[in-house]
Amino acid sequence: MDLESQAQIKKIVEENGKENTIVVLGASDVEGSEIAAETLTSGDPSFAGPLAGVSLDLPVYHIFEPEVMEAIPKEIYDRNVEMIRMTVDTEEVAKKFKAIRLASIKKWNV
Amino acid sequence: MFKNKNVIVVGERDGVPGPAIAECLQAAGANVIFKTTECFV
Repeated sequence: MDLESQAQIKKIVEENGKENTIVVLGASDVEGSEIAAETLTSGDPSFAGPLAGVSLDLPVYHIFEPEVMEAIPKEIYDRNVEMIRMTVDTEEVAKKFKAIRLASIKKWNV
Repeated sequence: MFKNKNVIVVGERDGVPGPAIAECLQAAGANVIFKTTECFV
């Protein structure tokens, strides 16, 4: 994930706290999405950016997930997302992101 | 799901860009506090 974005997100969370804050990603490839999600939950896996070793543990969603799609007015979602969504295995995205959120919750309930 | 939530948007140039996601989420009642469009290539 871009180092500048990491720095800005870190600053926002430090200033505002993480209560009531969630993340929504839009990467088209599952692997890239997973890396971004990991960066914003457990920290930068490449250890190169400002979020290296920083666990923000923000709830991370993907714009392709069915529950996200259902929350957005259909005509706006169709105009902005649907064309790209049709080219992606959305079931795989939904499965991966549910697992990422579950792992984050489990970490704090151990 | 998004009503009155603060949302950080990380879009992608070859996927869904940040402003497109932000428009969707604002229509769902979210407060977008940060948006960016990354290029993973």
